[in-house]
Amino acid sequence: MNSIFAKRRARLLAMKAIRDNYVPGDKLVTCPKCGQESERKAVAEGLSVCPHCGYHWPIGGYYRLSTILDPGSFRELNAKYPAADPLSFPGYRGKLTAAQHRTGLNEAAVTATGSIDGHKCVVGVLDSRFFMGSMSAAVGEKITLAIEYAAKNKLPLIIFSASGGARMQEGILSLMQMAKTSAALARLSDKGVLYISVLTDPTTGGVTASFASLGDIILAEPGALIGFAGPRVIQQTIGETLPEGFQRAEYQEEHGFVDAVVPRAQMRETLARLLMLHEKGGRA
Amino acid sequence: MSTITAAERVAIARHPQRPNVCDFIDGLFTDFFECKGDRLCGEDAAILGGVARFHGQSVTVIGTRKGKTLEENLKCNFGMPNPEGYRKALRLMRQAEKFRRPVITLIDTSGAYPGLEAEARGQGEAIARNLMEMSRLTVPVVAIITGEGNSGGALALGVANRVLMLENAVYAILSPEGFASILWKDASRSAEACEMMKLTAPDLMHLGVIDDIIPEPEGGAHTAPLQAIRQVDRALRRHLSSLSKESGAALAADRYQKFRKMGAAASQKEEL
Repeated sequence: MNSIFAKRRARLLAMKAIRDNYVPGDKLVTCPKCGQESERKAVAEGLSVCPHCGYHWPIGGYYRLSTILDPGSFRELNAKYPAADPLSFPGYRGKLTAAQHRTGLNEAAVTATGSIDGHKCVVGVLDSRFFMGSMSAAVGEKITLAIEYAAKNKLPLIIFSASGGARMQEGILSLMQMAKTSAALARLSDKGVLYISVLTDPTTGGVTASFASLGDIILAEPGALIGFAGPRVIQQTIGETLPEGFQRAEYQEEHGFVDAVVPRAQMRETLARLLMLHEKGGRA
Repeated sequence: MSTITAAERVAIARHPQRPNVCDFIDGLFTDFFECKGDRLCGEDAAILGGVARFHGQSVTVIGTRKGKTLEENLKCNFGMPNPEGYRKALRLMRQAEKFRRPVITLIDTSGAYPGLEAEARGQGEAIARNLMEMSRLTVPVVAIITGEGNSGGALALGVANRVLMLENAVYAILSPEGFASILWKDASRSAEACEMMKLTAPDLMHLGVIDDIIPEPEGGAHTAPLQAIRQVDRALRRHLSSLSKESGAALAADRYQKFRKMGAAASQKEEL
């Protein structure tokens, strides 16, 4: 019986992942970094990484989960949590609906339980296709519920961030999600539970200034833009051009804000190793 | 006062003669001793902090500082803190925890400084750390938004048991100019943005983001600064005295629940 459900779950995630990993356009895709063309199928099969230069394309939430979790282990948390328009902001409701149709997501965050190489954990993913992964009240709430679930069940937590920052249309309530998620992480930490934050392209604004920066371990995908203020704002403020590689994952590693830059192909095994290292065991 | 538009309140909140952090510290406290530096790498004049007495009780006071003259403005980076400022604030909050004294923050900032060096030294991390650590302090924390409170740069001093706002102060995700330029690529539409952003004290009281509104003299606090400071004194005394009856654990739990509810209710209401 259990195995039937496990198979169904595996199939469900696979279907959602295929939708996520669909690369539109012709047979060939052009890498925005090196400009070289590649077979679309080869890119899709290679975790959406450019075979020429290693550029990491942004990927959807379900597809991300399918690359990380053991087959059949995926169980979505609060899948139906609704998007909201708390300030009744003109035009926002329609834009939310359009984004939902386009992406098949309810909101910018997907949260789930599952296992990685047999290690049980809670995983949250922000999806940059939905309002640039920005922090709405629903995103803050889903992330907080995932943190609380991890704390209650003493399960390690992994969050993949990708965010343009605050959700403008939700104003101050978007800002308050920074405090809410950070406070929930304080409680998780007090319980001695591991939290791994993975920064993907781009992680900026209010997400950087809250849960993304609070991991016990912080990993980043190669080339990911990571910062509080965006490069355009900084450039306007200081009136100079920014140095090459500024705010990229490698820059943040060099400046002491990232433990390791991990290519997508090695993410699953890296996470499995970190989960193993934080489990109690052995006979010292 | 109800006829004041949101844009007019923004103008009052930014009035150059509006009482600033130094005026409030002079008027509210005695024996203020300023503590400088984050003990890691620097001192940031955009955040002023120290120990003082409030009606005979020792308190830790931390506020953003804009300065009034151009020279002061430059020294304080126009009130836009760097990571050192936030880390100094955190150091002082931890000190308050050690000596069991309340933390009072005074917020008036257009936001955290978006500069190259600030990014290199982890502006995002510094703000995130403050949010996390403030949430679990076991002493009373009262935040007062005195002028403009913008973005994570304001919230980094705002995770309090009680968040109070002066009547004409504003509190928002970013400046109305920034909001208009992001949403409509047109900073000149900021007046329109002000109305939509729900950034005034009455709006925020309605949304449950703040706990109390401190009345200002007719026309704004700059017209009668001493009167405004007296009102702040009265509100602060009232809130501190009610908080001082609670245990440390209850204070941390109350603060958690206060922020835990934000946005959750709004989302769930939609579901019904």
